[in-house]
Amino acid sequence: MSQTYSIKNQDNRAAFAQGMKDGVPIALAYFAVSFSLGIAAKNAGLNPAQGFIVSALCTASAGEYVGFTMIAASATLIETALATLVTNARYFLMSCALSQKMDSKMPFFHRFIVAHFVTDELFGIAINRKGYFNPFYSYGAILASVPWWSVGTALGVIAGNIMPLRLVSAFSVALYGMFLAIVIPPARKEKAVMLVVIASFVLSSIGYYLPLFATVAEGTKTIIITIVVSAAAAVLFPHKDEEEAQ
Amino acid sequence: MTPGIYAYIFTMAAVTYAIRVIPLTLFSKQVNSRFIKSFLYYVPYATLAAMTFPTIIHATQSPVSGLAALVVGVITAWLGWDIFRVAFSCCGVVLLLELFIK
Repeated sequence: MSQTYSIKNQDNRAAFAQGMKDGVPIALAYFAVSFSLGIAAKNAGLNPAQGFIVSALCTASAGEYVGFTMIAASATLIETALATLVTNARYFLMSCALSQKMDSKMPFFHRFIVAHFVTDELFGIAINRKGYFNPFYSYGAILASVPWWSVGTALGVIAGNIMPLRLVSAFSVALYGMFLAIVIPPARKEKAVMLVVIASFVLSSIGYYLPLFATVAEGTKTIIITIVVSAAAAVLFPHKDEEEAQ
Repeated sequence: MTPGIYAYIFTMAAVTYAIRVIPLTLFSKQVNSRFIKSFLYYVPYATLAAMTFPTIIHATQSPVSGLAALVVGVITAWLGWDIFRVAFSCCGVVLLLELFIK
């Protein structure tokens, strides 16, 4: 099956529309999360415009948060770069995985655009689709969700304490609900994925509750768990090639 | 002397973009190693699962509503509901429960 990369193509338009629809819960979650991120930005001395700019240029939750704490602590730029690198390193693995879903016929410039938006959520829904990566699906999801990330950050700087806690609380699980919607259906179908999910849950709980790991940054724990569990699963359950069959 | 705010912002943005763009542009060839392919296949599930649990339980004002969100999320996802509905069911149960808890 050949895929074209013109926006005039019906399938690409449909993919774009589907992306926008799937981007709505992401938008809500982004808005809630970035709102609290804006409070951290304010504490670091940023104004609303600067909060907006950081979120537009980074599109990273924990990564931005770490950056704000570095700014607040008047850290050096080298320290800031290192902290950003460690916190965001999981995106490296996600981009590696995403690159394997990309058709070599896809115009190369799409990679430079998409790269900026490899977030937990946008990666999750893109990798979840069958067949080759469709940039138009991602553009739809990006357009529906990412502006809210920047807007939420700016509003968080302005009015961090106005939004009712109860709403923040409810919004904050949208993110995790989304992750579950991505992870659970394949786990139901495939025993190996089920074991990967369970193993990650267990290791992550150990990392979360054991005082021994209390000082290890959240992002670092995620990377270690991802590498250990995925490597073990790759050895125990080598995955059959689906792309070649299509 | 502390660097200016825009020096920080530029540093954060440059590092973050580099992490994402390097694998997408330099590793653009299809990998043939069975191990690496399998590894990358499992990466999203491991990452998303590790980020979800147990954090979801502590993301809300009460662990009870967090746990309820987890249970509702797992069940609705298991039934094959789409992302939108699963996410909103989780939000809904938290909103509802916290009316009574708080």
